[in-house]
Formats: sequence, structure tokens, C-alpha cells
Amino acid sequence: MTTDTIKQAAPPSSLRLVLTLAIAGLISGIAIIGIYESTLPTITANKARELREAVFKVLPGVSQMQALVYRDGELITVEKPDKDEPVIYGGYDEAYEFVGYAMPAAGPGFQDTIAILYGYKPGEKQVVGMEVLESRETPGLGDKIYKDAVWVGGFSALSVEPEIVAVKKGTKSKPNEIDAITGATISSKAVVRIINEAHTAWSDKLPPPDAEPPFQEIEPASTEAGQ
Amino acid sequence: MKKNESYEEFIKGVWRDNPVFAQVLGMCPMLAVTNSAINAVAMGMATLFVLVGSSFLVSSFRNWIPKQVRISCFIIIIATFVTIADYTLLALVPKVHKELGAFIPLIVANCLILGRQEAFASRYPTRLAVMDAIGMATGFLVALLSLGIVREILGDGALFGVKLFSENFEPWVIMILPPGGFLTLGVILLFFNWFKFKKDEFLEDVAEAERSGS
Repeated sequence: MTTDTIKQAAPPSSLRLVLTLAIAGLISGIAIIGIYESTLPTITANKARELREAVFKVLPGVSQMQALVYRDGELITVEKPDKDEPVIYGGYDEAYEFVGYAMPAAGPGFQDTIAILYGYKPGEKQVVGMEVLESRETPGLGDKIYKDAVWVGGFSALSVEPEIVAVKKGTKSKPNEIDAITGATISSKAVVRIINEAHTAWSDKLPPPDAEPPFQEIEPASTEAGQ
Repeated sequence: MKKNESYEEFIKGVWRDNPVFAQVLGMCPMLAVTNSAINAVAMGMATLFVLVGSSFLVSSFRNWIPKQVRISCFIIIIATFVTIADYTLLALVPKVHKELGAFIPLIVANCLILGRQEAFASRYPTRLAVMDAIGMATGFLVALLSLGIVREILGDGALFGVKLFSENFEPWVIMILPPGGFLTLGVILLFFNWFKFKKDEFLEDVAEAERSGS
């Protein structure tokens, strides 16, 4: 029965099958390359703008920024950081005076990785701002780590010495304590832990206060980000 | 006559054979991204673009694609359109793209789309295939949107991001969590089945009345 139907349908040659798929794949590949190339500039510009806005948000008073990496024992300015190389951002005011660092950090939250950016002033040893870049915390509970204005505002002058501690709401008494969010204890403690871990990892690598790398005008990065 | 045929193919997808309410297809994006109306619209529009585009191509090339490799060809065509939709959304509306996350690439695996290629586009002329695709995708969009609107209003007290109630409104957080999707979908399916049941009953009554009358 089955052999009969196959005979009746006169199967096309294998070559034709292979050719059909090859042509379909070729056209598909060209279309994908086309759309990738044509959307890439917009996507890169969007990402650069987002990053810029986030850096300016966590470091009040900053109007210039540059990417910094740690190589051979010192913090240097780079035009294009290597892939997977940890990068922090130096923030500078209008007179190109150093203001503080914007440090990206990530770690496990309640649901998935939480990625944040926090502003750090080494002179005062203080966190001066925090912005959640990526999170999948529970809507209505864990998402308060970026929706709750009181919690986010708590990071505007938070001492990192000896380390940040999340305490029960209303019991904040020391400069290194922050009120955890009621109903989102795990998420708020996760944010605090991420900052503490990033601070420990970077504290040895940052130069002493007043020896921060000066602002260097790098044309390509600034024009791209300015779009 | 020709116009009626197209209209029939269109309205079939929107109402009678609605992919979600009647065929219960595409449940994965249906439950996952309908936590707000704007996400539902973005998902619906992306699916519309992919479905119409691939139905058009599949139907146009239906005589050239050998039966033995048709599914692979359909998937290549669908995947290409999905990639285009993915990059376009990423460039134009990065915020919405972030919310939808992995569900944009997963449109490839939406059985609604492959189902329409196999069941309809590969057998009918291009005009009908495109009408069928528009109808089915509109039906999918309507279904996504009705879930999205209910869930956003109850779960967030807002519609398209605009707050509807005063500060005193306590949102039902569960509605924007996964269980809310199942609850809302269940209630809507219940309504549709009840409606269908009532309609059949009514048609039977009419038929009986006609028989006894004659």
C-alpha cells in the first residue's frame, strides 16, 4: 500500500530536495544578514544611550563618562573593552573633575539574575545611587527593588564601611544600614549582597582617592553615545 | 462571490475557528506575555507579521516545494520572519522587547503558525492564504488583548500603563503572575463554550420548530 502511493507520487530526486533546502537556506541567510546589518546601528545607539542615562542617574552631577578597565595593576581608559572584561565607568562633571564610579554588578535574585548599576564615591566611601538594569523579580513584590522610590532613594548616601546591611523597615540607625522592603526581603537583600560583593571585588583595584584616571576625550565612543 | 470567499476566510479565524478560543493553539505565548495590554499587542503584531509573511511565501511557492521537505522549508521561512521581527522590535521598542524576552524567538515554535502553513497556505491560492493568515492572526491578537486587558486592569490597576484607579486600589498581584493567566483563560474559555452550547441549542430549536411547522 505504502509502496504504491510512493510510486504514484513519483518522488523527486534527492538532488532536487537538497537544492530546494539549500536555496531556501541561502535566501533566509541573506535576509537575516540584511536585517541584522540594518538594525545594528540603532540597537548599539539605544544600548549606549541607556547606559549613559543609567550612569548619569546613579551619579548625580555627572555630565561626562568613560569606560575604565583594570589591566596590569591599574585602572585605565580604553576605547573598546575586550569581551567579558569587567568594565566600570568613571563619571566626571562639566569641568572634567572626577565625581565617582558607576559600577555594574550582577548576582542571583529571587527569580533570576539581577543586574544593577550603582554609583560609588571613593572619597566618601559611599554609594550614591542605584539603578536596576535587569531583573525578573515577582511583579508587585520583588519588583519594588526598582519601583519603590523610598528604597531606591535609600541608596543616595549609603556607607559601604564595613558593609551594607539590610535591616527591617524602620530600624535603620547607622549610615551603612538600609531599610529592606516589606514583602521583598529576599530581593532587597540580594541587591545589597550584589553591591557588597562587587565592592569587595573592586576595592583593591580602585586607585586611592584623588589619583583617579583623568578624563580622556575618546571621539568614537562619545559621538556614538551622543546620538 | 470572490469577495465573500476572502471575507469567509478572514472571519473564520477571528471568530468561529479562533486559534485560541476554539482551537486552543499557541497557549505558550498566550499565558506568558499577556500580563499587560502593551505586551499582548506587541506579541500579537509580531505574530501577525510572521504568519502573514510566511503564509504568503508558502502559498506562492507551494508548487515548487517538494512534499518530502515541506516542513523544513516552512520552518526556514517562519524562522527568517521571526528573526526579522526580533531585530525590528529590538531596534524600535527596546523596552517592549526586554519584557517579551525569549518569547519573540519562540514564535518559531508557535504551533498556530506552522499549523496554518500545513493545513491551509500550502494547499490554497495566495489570496485566500493571506486572508486566512490575517484572520487567524487577528483572532490571536484579539485573544491576547482580551487576556492582557483583563489581567492588567485587575493585576496592576492600569490599562496600557495608564493608572485607572486611585491610590487605594489594591492590585490583585496574582493576575499578572502565571496563575492569573490560567484563571483568566479558563473563565474566557468557559464563556466561549457556554456561548457555543447556547447557539447550538438555539439552532436545534429553530430546526425543530421548522419541522413541526411544515
